[in-house]
Amino acid sequence: MTICNDMTLAAIEPDAGLAAALKLDRAGVIGEIRRSGMKGRGGAGFPTGVKWNLAAAAQGDRKFIVCNADEGEPGTFKDRVILTEWPGRVFEGMTIAGYAVGATEGILYLRGEYAYLRHGLEQCLAKRREEHLLGNDICGKTGFGFDVRIHMGAGAYVCGEETALIESLEGRRGEARNRPPFPVNTGLGGMPTIVNNVETFAWATAILARGADWFKAIGTEQSTGPKMLSVSGDVERPGVYEFPLGTPIREVLRAAGGEDAKAVVVGGASGQCVPANRFARTVSYEDVATGGAVIVFGPGRNMLDVAENFLEFFVDESCGQCTPCRIGNVKLLEGVRRLKRGECSTQQLRELRALGETMRVASKCGLGQSSPNAFLSIIEHFRREIPSRVPVTVEA
Amino acid sequence: MRQQDPPPAGTGHAPVRRPSQATDVPHGGDLIGALVSVTIDDHTVKVPVGTTILDAARRVGVHIPTLCHHDDLCVAGVCRVCVVEVEGQRTLQASCAYPITQPTTVRTHTRQVRQARRHIIDLLLSEHAGECTTCFRNGNCELQALAKEYGVDSFRFGRPDRPRHKVDRSSHAVVRDMNKCVLCRRCVRTCIDLQEVGVLEAVGRGEATTIATYLDKPLAEMICINCGQCINRCPTGALRANDPTDEVWAAIDDPTKHVVIQTAPSPRAGIGEEFGLEPGTPMTWEMNTALRRCGFDKVFDTNFTADLTIIEEGTELVLRLHKNLVQGDSSLPLPQFTSCSPGWIKYVEHFYPQYLPHVSTCKSPQQMFGALIKTWYAQLHGIDPAGIVSVALMPCSAKKFECNRPEMCDSGYKDVDYGLTTRELAQMIREAGIHLTEMPRSDFDDPFGTASGSGVIFGATGGVMEAALRSVIEFVTGKKVEDFYAHADIVPVRGFEGCRHAEVQIPKEVGPVPGLIRHLVPDWNWLKGATLKVGVVHGTANARKVMEDIKAGGPFSQCHFIEFMACPGGCLGGGGQPIPTGPAIRAARARAIYAEDAAYGEAGKARKSHDNPAVLRLYQEFLTDGPCGHKSHHLLHTHYTPRGKYIG
Repeated sequence: MTICNDMTLAAIEPDAGLAAALKLDRAGVIGEIRRSGMKGRGGAGFPTGVKWNLAAAAQGDRKFIVCNADEGEPGTFKDRVILTEWPGRVFEGMTIAGYAVGATEGILYLRGEYAYLRHGLEQCLAKRREEHLLGNDICGKTGFGFDVRIHMGAGAYVCGEETALIESLEGRRGEARNRPPFPVNTGLGGMPTIVNNVETFAWATAILARGADWFKAIGTEQSTGPKMLSVSGDVERPGVYEFPLGTPIREVLRAAGGEDAKAVVVGGASGQCVPANRFARTVSYEDVATGGAVIVFGPGRNMLDVAENFLEFFVDESCGQCTPCRIGNVKLLEGVRRLKRGECSTQQLRELRALGETMRVASKCGLGQSSPNAFLSIIEHFRREIPSRVPVTVEA
Repeated sequence: MRQQDPPPAGTGHAPVRRPSQATDVPHGGDLIGALVSVTIDDHTVKVPVGTTILDAARRVGVHIPTLCHHDDLCVAGVCRVCVVEVEGQRTLQASCAYPITQPTTVRTHTRQVRQARRHIIDLLLSEHAGECTTCFRNGNCELQALAKEYGVDSFRFGRPDRPRHKVDRSSHAVVRDMNKCVLCRRCVRTCIDLQEVGVLEAVGRGEATTIATYLDKPLAEMICINCGQCINRCPTGALRANDPTDEVWAAIDDPTKHVVIQTAPSPRAGIGEEFGLEPGTPMTWEMNTALRRCGFDKVFDTNFTADLTIIEEGTELVLRLHKNLVQGDSSLPLPQFTSCSPGWIKYVEHFYPQYLPHVSTCKSPQQMFGALIKTWYAQLHGIDPAGIVSVALMPCSAKKFECNRPEMCDSGYKDVDYGLTTRELAQMIREAGIHLTEMPRSDFDDPFGTASGSGVIFGATGGVMEAALRSVIEFVTGKKVEDFYAHADIVPVRGFEGCRHAEVQIPKEVGPVPGLIRHLVPDWNWLKGATLKVGVVHGTANARKVMEDIKAGGPFSQCHFIEFMACPGGCLGGGGQPIPTGPAIRAARARAIYAEDAAYGEAGKARKSHDNPAVLRLYQEFLTDGPCGHKSHHLLHTHYTPRGKYIG
């Protein structure tokens, strides 16, 4: 996969972040991350410093640092690039997190489809152990030990949800847990656990190496730092891009060669659909949040096909645990197919929207809660593509 | 007697929690016991930190509907019917799974909440393939009740036009119709967490999710112990017992058949619930009349063979003790395990087959009864045993499997033809137009109508042990149990603690060996001053704990005798009992059972198995070579099948 523009990560000196971190005390490391304002790069956008601080304060005989490399969101592939190009940065970030919260064990949960990356990652781990960047007394810091093992996922999308990921790590079906309690208190094996995205750990090294002020100067006040985006679909130059958060969608399209797009779906299957007249909106936590996926749809695309495709995905990938997600997505899919055939009445469409709202608030985890997003936003923005029986004048 | 691990009063069975599903309190133990304020729809109350919103709501009398929640089971939070609005939370929260750890404001029936619940019920109905009118849970179905509560008047999201799953009728005990399943996973939590058997699990994902056995094989080929606890906790008709009522009616209708029924102690303590009575309302004598009006020719009391079990199993224990302690022969090892619970038997056969020599060879009371009906009873009354249809009313689904074991034909016929559950009898009674609660009272029929109070308490966990101890103490000391325990109530073995341990000190002075077993042991001198150690265990999760303790040489390995019951609470919580079940319901049934035992004493009837005159008559007239003699071994004892866990 092409790297399409300049990557800050490439310019960061390897292990400078770790060296800087080990000169600070634990609170100092967490303070730096907090000051940077970084929010989780997996998509949910929880402030990383707050998460680390909670895990540091939590009581537990053991603590765990888990890297979520279950990159399963359709249209997302930037973690794969990071794991291929800069795996050391990811393990370095995990080590910094281990130092900050007092954990000695790290686990990289690798997407089943990424099994081919495992060999390179293991080699990187072995090299870091040789160089005393993992193991006991890391970098000569007496008493600080940390190591990482790789755990393979088995192909379930839901395991990207952090509590489902932990269930999977414990050898059970990948299914979301009830929250609270949260993993920072009661995670793997009931112990305090940090689960962060691949990119989050990578940026943590940059924050420690260059300082929180450098990071904060990039992006917006609420969305600090650079963000890597996976741009795919109807563009001339698909691939991985880095932009400061707060970049307008239009600019992303310009860079990738997709200015004539009719819509982009930001955030993958669980993200939202932005139509052309809203391309001034920005990729940021306060506007259109994303874990990294930007899927571009050209003028010839039928948006109901898009909604159908995404819902087919959720019908299969719901873990099957909670009612709104397991059956709700089936009903939305049936509804989209009726819409495509022109057999959906206004009343039925209203009911589908209401069902989507229920799925957003009543599903057990983020999967179900976000699964109707694309459907709802497509229905909202592309009513004119809905054939026949729904009169466009009603409810517009 | 010195009691260890005192059982707390009637607290019910504590379910095992999967660590992953526990509603742990964040930030550790320092907050446990602290109180926190919660406001639920304008009711404000202080609750202990970690209390769920659902429990807090119940405390202030606010009703929140539930479906996947069950008081016996660990938290799931999967059906989402109990969602509520919690101030400060972006999404609705499942009240059954949300622990209150800080001051919280909750609203339980806002527009958004009502809409979400209605949607969820509509969605469940869209996948629920079953006609209420043809379902055994009609009128006692939690999904049906929810639909009514939320005013469902149409299938908004459609309904299945045909069944998607084949009904699995392979098991003698449990029928699985996954077309009616709502995936609440109560059966999974029952099988894995409560009973620790693990036959059922969620399989597949997305819309293909089902509850299935290993490789979707028939239940009969699984390590299912037939306990039926999953049936008792299923909210719909997806799980039910294998119902033989049509065959029983056919036998009753056939004038050439002599149809007899034996009734166990627990159904009479539970059947009232099927007719709207409070749990714990005993119906013994009314039920006898109802059974006769249904057309059964004779109504017998299984407690008769419960008493007989005590004599046979007690004698076996004495012989084992003598062999091990005096002769140094451990071929029949200690501790001896009880064998009354067919769920427990199948559990040992699958999970601990190497311990089968510990299991008493005595058949269960049901099967002893069956063997005697088609031999002694037939002989006494000059009835051709081929024409006898022997029915057993049991609180149990595993009894259906037990009576179909190939070895249970020692009378020369199938010893017990049909196992009938409490629920199925209630159905027959309704079908016959009989108002159970209005029945005149009537007694059991002879010669199996006479029982002792000890037979009655077999229905509760600890009952078999108490009955055995009453007899053993009197046999060995030559004194009355009442000299040691007021009213012969051996309280230390009662209660609902999962694993109990008690000790009986045999005095320095012992009595003469009673005539019934004098030919087997010459004297009691070898037991003088000995400490008899016993254990009581109910629920197979607890059985596993005790078996592992025995394996590791722990305190239970030092026991001489251990009572095991597969079901939480013992037989009164059996898989054939009325639905619903719960700790309070089981405690109420236990009270009814102990009250019947006490009533035997008040009426001047026998309360100890060895005082049952009918049992003594049996040994005089039929089993003339005494307990554990040749004839008794042929009819009343059995053998087991090491099955292991690797099936098919």
